Amino acid sequence: MSFLQHDVPLSWYLLLSAVLFCLGVVGFLIKRNLITVFMSIELMLNAVNLSFVTFAYQWHEVRGQIFVFFVMMVAAAEAAVGLAIIIAVFRARSTLAVDRIDLMKL
Amino acid sequence: MNESAHLWLIPLFPFVGFLLNGILGSRLPRRLVSAIGVLAPLASFVLVLSDFGATIISAASSCRGCGQVTALALPAVESLSYPWLAIGALRVDFTFVLDQLSAVMLLVVTGVGFLIHVYSVGYMREDPGYARYFSFLNLFLFFMSVLVLAGNFLLMFVGWEGVGLASYLLIGFWFQRNSAADAGKKAFIVNRIGDFGFLIGIFLVLSTFGTLSFGGIAAHLSLEPALHGTVLTLICLCLLVGAAGKSAQLPLYIWLPDAMEGPTPVSALIHAATMVTAGVYMIARTHLLFDRAPIALWTVAIVGAATALFAATIGLVQNDIKRVLAYSTISQLGYMFLACGVAAYSAAIFHLVMHSFFKALLFLAAGSVIHAMGGEQDLRKMGGLRTKLPVTFWTMTAAVFAMAGFPPFAGFFSKDPILYAAFLDGTGGKLLWFVGLVTALLTSFYMFRLWYLTFLGEPRSETGHHHATPLSMLVPLVILAVLSVCGGWIGLDRFSAYLAPAASAHRPMPTGNPGLEFILSVAAVLVALEGWLIADKYYRRKTERPAQLAAALPTGYKLLLNKYYVDEIYGAVIVKPLFAFSKFVLGGVDLMLAGLAWLLAGIASLAGMILQRWQSGNLRSYAAWLAAGAAAVLLFLLLTGSPHAWSLPFFHSEAIFKVSHITVIQAGQAGH
Repeated sequence: MSFLQHDVPLSWYLLLSAVLFCLGVVGFLIKRNLITVFMSIELMLNAVNLSFVTFAYQWHEVRGQIFVFFVMMVAAAEAAVGLAIIIAVFRARSTLAVDRIDLMKL
Repeated sequence: MNESAHLWLIPLFPFVGFLLNGILGSRLPRRLVSAIGVLAPLASFVLVLSDFGATIISAASSCRGCGQVTALALPAVESLSYPWLAIGALRVDFTFVLDQLSAVMLLVVTGVGFLIHVYSVGYMREDPGYARYFSFLNLFLFFMSVLVLAGNFLLMFVGWEGVGLASYLLIGFWFQRNSAADAGKKAFIVNRIGDFGFLIGIFLVLSTFGTLSFGGIAAHLSLEPALHGTVLTLICLCLLVGAAGKSAQLPLYIWLPDAMEGPTPVSALIHAATMVTAGVYMIARTHLLFDRAPIALWTVAIVGAATALFAATIGLVQNDIKRVLAYSTISQLGYMFLACGVAAYSAAIFHLVMHSFFKALLFLAAGSVIHAMGGEQDLRKMGGLRTKLPVTFWTMTAAVFAMAGFPPFAGFFSKDPILYAAFLDGTGGKLLWFVGLVTALLTSFYMFRLWYLTFLGEPRSETGHHHATPLSMLVPLVILAVLSVCGGWIGLDRFSAYLAPAASAHRPMPTGNPGLEFILSVAAVLVALEGWLIADKYYRRKTERPAQLAAALPTGYKLLLNKYYVDEIYGAVIVKPLFAFSKFVLGGVDLMLAGLAWLLAGIASLAGMILQRWQSGNLRSYAAWLAAGAAAVLLFLLLTGSPHAWSLPFFHSEAIFKVSHITVIQAGQAGH
């Protein structure tokens, strides 16, 4: 625990979280591949998780850590469902470019 | 026995007929359409007849004083329990009133109407719009019976307007012809002018009496025997405008001659049973008001006399068989107005009834002639039809004699009392009588002219291939002929006695003596005879004379032939300026308003054009805008807000924030 406090200041964690989140946003916006977009979303979730943990430690608040578990749980479920959808989409359209699958109808 | 009246059934039957034929008619077989169309007025007629018979019995039994009144007590009032309008103190109901006046009117409307329906079965047999025709005809009867039965001004106005609508539909029945469509529009628009006056009159009645029901007004008037004055005069003049529009009086008569564009039975219906009688009926119905407004009554008489003479002069030279009849109708309506104007309401209604017999007959016979001539309406091309159309000839002869006013035909019994009443009426009465007498001369002349030109002499054209006239057309002719001959035998005295509770003048009537009446009658008959002799001379013995006369007096002849150029004058004085004004409004004001509207619309559509870029349909652009928005909000809060203002719900207050801050620091130090 000690290295957290002395070697690395709190703001660095937050900064890392912000950078990861922005990477996620940018990835979500510019990537065409559905899997990459999906991974970008995961990245954003994890960036938020990092700041949750950071603040939880900072304020000695257990609620932040519990929230992280919830987020991870949802992310896991989302990954399971999302990947299944991606496979189904690929089978149906033989492409994963998001711009090409903007119609509900085939 | 009021509960057995069921007055609402009377208008209901034609209405049901209208709905059935109007909605389903085109899919039904022709026989069924005719059955529905003819049975609807018949049912109403039977209903009226049963009520009417009851009233006769009641009148007779009460005369004898036996007191065993088993029939309808008149006036039978029936209103729906649900109020139609209830605004503040004003309450208007659907009230139907059957009194002696409306009973007589209904008898004419449904009875003559029924005969015209029967006639139409034969006349319109080959028309593709057969079902439409009968549905409109039934609609006409529906509105007319509503008008007649109405117990208040507003319901009467509904019928009044409805009659106008039905006449528009029927006059323009052959709307493929431009002239028919124009005639329909003309009738409707001219009637609107009259309706405007009527409506103003109704408003004045409402503001003066606070009620619109005829009974309420009568009660109000009887409570205030001294009530006279300008308001009543104004009301009556407004009502007169309405009546003049509907009953084709000067200056609003111009629609009636053009109404000839409709099928001939429609002309018969408009001229005899419905529509034009509405104005006379309305004056008789509101005569309590007119009795208190001598100036308005005087105006009615003058309008009537002027119209009678004016229309009769035009009728002298018209060459279209239906046009002659149209002007004769206007002229006869003038007589009725004249009678109303001298407060002889029952004489007016009596003439209305008799006129409806012989005018319906004249039109139906004319229709039969036109039918036989294959659509030819020009008198100059007819002639010699006496042997070819014997039934039509004899029935029409009865009508012509009735119209000319020879005893013992119906017209004699109804026209002479009007002239007599006019003669007795005050100072100007003699003048009115004289105008009436001259009109009688002219009437007799043009009726016999029509008679000679149509039936006697040699056929003047070979175009007529003579159709056989079907039985359904002949039977109504014969019935109406019998009525035209015998109808007048009822006698005005008995008729007036019957009508007295509903339509006797509430003002002192001048009394005459039988000798004077006899002399005046003889004068009228002699005048009618003179008219016949002139017609006989001009159109049988010296057939070249009319042309010579026309050549000798070209101005006068042209003036009459062109109907005093009234249509042209109206066109130049009213229609053209109105048209120019409309054009100005369309070109100037309308353009400005439209420009303003376009400007507003342009702004909206420009904004839309810009904003629609946002709605690209591209998912990632939405996400980008979402992220940008979130960033912008964050930035805004960071730059403007203090940290406390937007602190997260976690930190309930500043105190906790500080405390926990301290704790963290302490914990950090402890851990160290």
